[in-house]
Amino acid sequence: MTRSLTFLLIGILFGITMFKSEAASWFRIYEMFQFKSFHMYGIIGSALALGILMIQLIKRMKLRSFYCEPIEIKDKVKSFYRYSVGGVIFGLGWGLSGACPGPMFTLLGAGFLPILIVIITAVFGTFVYGKIRHKLPH
Amino acid sequence: MPHLRIVASKFRIMYALQPYKLQNMNWIFEPWPWYIGGPMIALVMMLLIFSGKSFGVSSNLRTLCTLCGAGKNTDFFDFDWKTQRWNLLMVLGAIIGGWIAMNWLTLDATVHIHPDTIAKLKDLKITSAGSAYLPEELFSLHAFTKPKVLASLALGGFLVGFGARYAGGCTSGHAISGLSNLELVSLYAVIGFFIGGLLMNHFLLPYLL
Repeated sequence: MTRSLTFLLIGILFGITMFKSEAASWFRIYEMFQFKSFHMYGIIGSALALGILMIQLIKRMKLRSFYCEPIEIKDKVKSFYRYSVGGVIFGLGWGLSGACPGPMFTLLGAGFLPILIVIITAVFGTFVYGKIRHKLPH
Repeated sequence: MPHLRIVASKFRIMYALQPYKLQNMNWIFEPWPWYIGGPMIALVMMLLIFSGKSFGVSSNLRTLCTLCGAGKNTDFFDFDWKTQRWNLLMVLGAIIGGWIAMNWLTLDATVHIHPDTIAKLKDLKITSAGSAYLPEELFSLHAFTKPKVLASLALGGFLVGFGARYAGGCTSGHAISGLSNLELVSLYAVIGFFIGGLLMNHFLLPYLL
């Protein structure tokens, strides 16, 4: 129960951050791809710089989780094709809808109802991938 | 009378500080600059890692498929969704967080983008550029009555969902989590995100809006 509440609260913090930092704004994503503002690059860059630092700390100091369990950070499966081709497909959708999966849900909460179309079709897109993934090169 | 002068100057300092204190809290209601937004995202990732989990939102789309019963005839969706309950709760939180931010933490949601970008969008008939949070042409309730807009939103959503799973993650899973762990494959994915985004932004979007 307490753990469930923790994840809900982390989610609330995430949602507030996505909205207030304007990472959930279609305009910011458009502007980013026009290279007209440092804003989005600053968000991703600073999150990344801190992330690299903290993950290195966790690994080198063998830090443990809040529940005293060892932290394991799983490496992803090595491949080139799926990541690059899948990435380009994702990018096309990101540039069009202006929303990646996190902000989609934040925008729903903020009351922009047409985002429901994006969420439903994103779930459908995931479903289609699951259906045909055996036929796709990875 | 030196004593009186000290008292008077104390009052002057308090008077001067008062609006400063109020202003100090105002940043929450203003749009957050990148140097607050970015570290907050890193904080969210750290809280998840220290809770024994990882930061990645798009896998919830797969869990939602399983919840809809897709596991019955597709092995990709045949897993115990309860192992992802924490992630669904995180998404529920993201929805609530969006509501809180919009209704309690924002006085003016206008996104102030670069004037050149505003001009470019006005050429594309996105007239709400520079005076709204999202383009009203795409995300106001009128969108539901415009087939072309609905088709564009649907195409965008489909590509995001399909691409995220094909690439094994989205912006949170690759650009933040994966790159933070110095994974080469996440770099391929993120370069892909940008190639796709640039293609859409510069060549395809004018036909789809």
